[in-house]
Amino acid sequence: MADVIVKMEGISKTFGGIKALNNVHLELQAGEVHALMGENGAGKSTLMKILTGVYSKEAGHVYLRNEETGSLDEVEMKSVLMGLQNGLCMVFQELNLLDNMTVAENIYLGREPIDGPYMLNRKELNDRAREQLKKVKLNVDPNMPLSGLSPAEKQCVEIAKALSFDSRVIIFDEPTSSLSASETKTLFSIINELKSQGRCIVYISHRMEEVFEICDRITVFRNGEYVDTKKAKETNEAGLIKLMIGRDLEGEPNQGSEFVNRNNVVLEVKNVKIFPDSKPVSLKLYEKEILGMFGLVGAGRTELSRIIFGIDGISEGEIYIKGKKVDIKSPKDAIDAGIGLVPEDRKGLGLVLGMSIKDNMLISKLRQLKSAFLKKEELKSITGTYTSDLSIKMGNENQEVKELSGGNQQKVVIAKWLAMEPDILIMDEPTRGIDVGAKSEIYDIMKKLAGQGKSIIMISSEMEEIQKVSDRVMVLHAGSVTGELDIKEANKNNIMQAAFGGVGNE
Amino acid sequence: MNREKVKIGALRELLLVIILIVMCIVWTIMNKNFATVNNVMNILRVASYTAIASVGMTMIIIIGEIDLSAGSLVCVSGLSAALIVKGTNNIVLGIIAALVIGALVGLFNGVVCAIGKLPGFIATLASMTILRGIAYIITGGNSVVWTNQMFSKIGTGYVGPIPVPVLIMIVVVIFGVILTTKIRFGRYIYAVGGNSNASRWSGISVEKVKIIVYVIMGVLTSIAGLIITTRLGSGQPSAGTGFEMDCITAVVVGGTSMAGGKGKVMGTIVGVLLIATLTNGMTLVGIDTYWQQVIKGAIIVVAVLIDSKGKSAN
Repeated sequence: MADVIVKMEGISKTFGGIKALNNVHLELQAGEVHALMGENGAGKSTLMKILTGVYSKEAGHVYLRNEETGSLDEVEMKSVLMGLQNGLCMVFQELNLLDNMTVAENIYLGREPIDGPYMLNRKELNDRAREQLKKVKLNVDPNMPLSGLSPAEKQCVEIAKALSFDSRVIIFDEPTSSLSASETKTLFSIINELKSQGRCIVYISHRMEEVFEICDRITVFRNGEYVDTKKAKETNEAGLIKLMIGRDLEGEPNQGSEFVNRNNVVLEVKNVKIFPDSKPVSLKLYEKEILGMFGLVGAGRTELSRIIFGIDGISEGEIYIKGKKVDIKSPKDAIDAGIGLVPEDRKGLGLVLGMSIKDNMLISKLRQLKSAFLKKEELKSITGTYTSDLSIKMGNENQEVKELSGGNQQKVVIAKWLAMEPDILIMDEPTRGIDVGAKSEIYDIMKKLAGQGKSIIMISSEMEEIQKVSDRVMVLHAGSVTGELDIKEANKNNIMQAAFGGVGNE
Repeated sequence: MNREKVKIGALRELLLVIILIVMCIVWTIMNKNFATVNNVMNILRVASYTAIASVGMTMIIIIGEIDLSAGSLVCVSGLSAALIVKGTNNIVLGIIAALVIGALVGLFNGVVCAIGKLPGFIATLASMTILRGIAYIITGGNSVVWTNQMFSKIGTGYVGPIPVPVLIMIVVVIFGVILTTKIRFGRYIYAVGGNSNASRWSGISVEKVKIIVYVIMGVLTSIAGLIITTRLGSGQPSAGTGFEMDCITAVVVGGTSMAGGKGKVMGTIVGVLLIATLTNGMTLVGIDTYWQQVIKGAIIVVAVLIDSKGKSAN
């Protein structure tokens, strides 16, 4: 195995008590395109960030090939710069580029050619940049500001930057999610050329077709653990999905709630377009139902919820609530129509962190109160009800909400919506970043709410959560519905297949 | 841990009051004219117009914005009233004109900031400049003098021993405290300043809240303008220069965070009184006016440093 250039062994990493990586290993070879696959949160990106020095590892060893002696030497990657100097580069989606600077400045940021002690040699800078741009077949003036480039062109600039470090390993994280078909083709030809130069390309993607088109080997992760490495030629889509979701069954199967009232459609979405070029989406939500909405990153689940809740305008299609057409232009309209939304970004969109628990719980309720004057007893009885119903653990309700744990913060967000008594509750990743105990409490709350007559749409990236809580599962892929399954027939296999766009459909 | 935090928050307000009291004691010892009814009323009257506009400025800063146009608006609203009283001898008309102008300028600032999505700093920088220009245009650079003695009473009159401006201040402060702590809209002000995105996602019309707060600020500023102009006895196109900075100073010394979302009207009032007492005392004991400015500046830094240290200690 002379051409192994990176070897990672026993890598572990924990984020806030949750094991993101557990004793993971990986081997990368020169001249290969190596795919990393797995569900959201399987640990692919985290592992690559450890390799390139973005994160530090908690345990394990990283070995890099010494190009002179050909031996594998252990390296402690302390910073991104150190990673770059060792020929390891991760191409993020536009994240590492500065829009206000020129293409050339971006490529050589911090390494600009200098005349004398301080003077920037712009001609030399542009000449060098032009050379790198040629390698990625990007025909733009290195002196133009980056903001003038398309997302695909920016990505090429990122690659040019990687090449300017003469990187041996170039990592792409979901590189095609913002690219058109023809741009994807160009990217693939660049990747193939890089590969023929003996570089190693790591390709992180959810898109099966692409992985099978350009990758040589595929490593699968699940829940932060290494599962297997396969040659692309020796496996197929079904085989990979099986590896990704595992075979282990846990707990008793969820049969769905018997109380779902199929005769009463509470919310109906008709022909709504999530993305400008995606197929229109329609869905029905029944009384007392928990509809699980599954999909991979970029499937358009959050976008759909934003449209229903009036954050983003609706370009096409209609929304009906209890059979009546509604025109929702703002969250205020949505709330008046009886919709609540527990957002994925709890701290940024769900809470005003510097305000008290009490004020956060009441902020949406206030406008339903008759009097503009705040009556202490009335408010106290509202907050008291939900604090005890949801068993929120806190010192007192005048505490700032930022002092609470993630689980209790989430309960405050839920309480905020329950206080205004919505019929429909959309919950976007309701248990993200919450510990296991609080998770099951939140599941219980959701089931109780549905039992009490509310209808819930639960957006989730966690397969187990979807299977455990939903009465019905809806799967999105690239902005369109690729699967709708009753919970009794939903299993990891058919959910995952739908999430990848439906095997056999393509 | 929570109890301690409440303590530190209350401690800070207490600290300001203690500083105020200590300062009064020092001035009393150094000059026996300080602790007379006359002088105290004098301090309150000087504090009154800054306090009135600062109630509005507190709300503006709580929503995370700023108003630089206050000084120019003081001038234009006062001048307009003066011109109308001079021409028609109708005081009510003059007062209404000033208040309407204040509301309109507030509306302009609010709309440019909330709907036009410009930072309040820029929106009010523009209106500050425009209004100052208007002040010179309508007066031709000359002062405006009126003959109606009743009009002058707004700034100089007394009810019993209490100056009229001080009475107006008390009403405005009560209004400000009720608005920010007792009614629904007050919660929205804090929510928008604390996290405008989350506020929007909670169904609050962030734009409406911002516009209303700017309109309140405009009206309160024009009340201050009426007092300042009538107290001076003539309308000056240069009046109110730097007034907005006095307000911002009072708000910041009073413990309101420039980052938005936090602050109290009562804190601001203590801030206004602190600065007014400091200035008055320094004048009484004969400190040079140039040095007074240096000392005032130093006090601002110290006050805010104590505040931020107190916060990071949590």
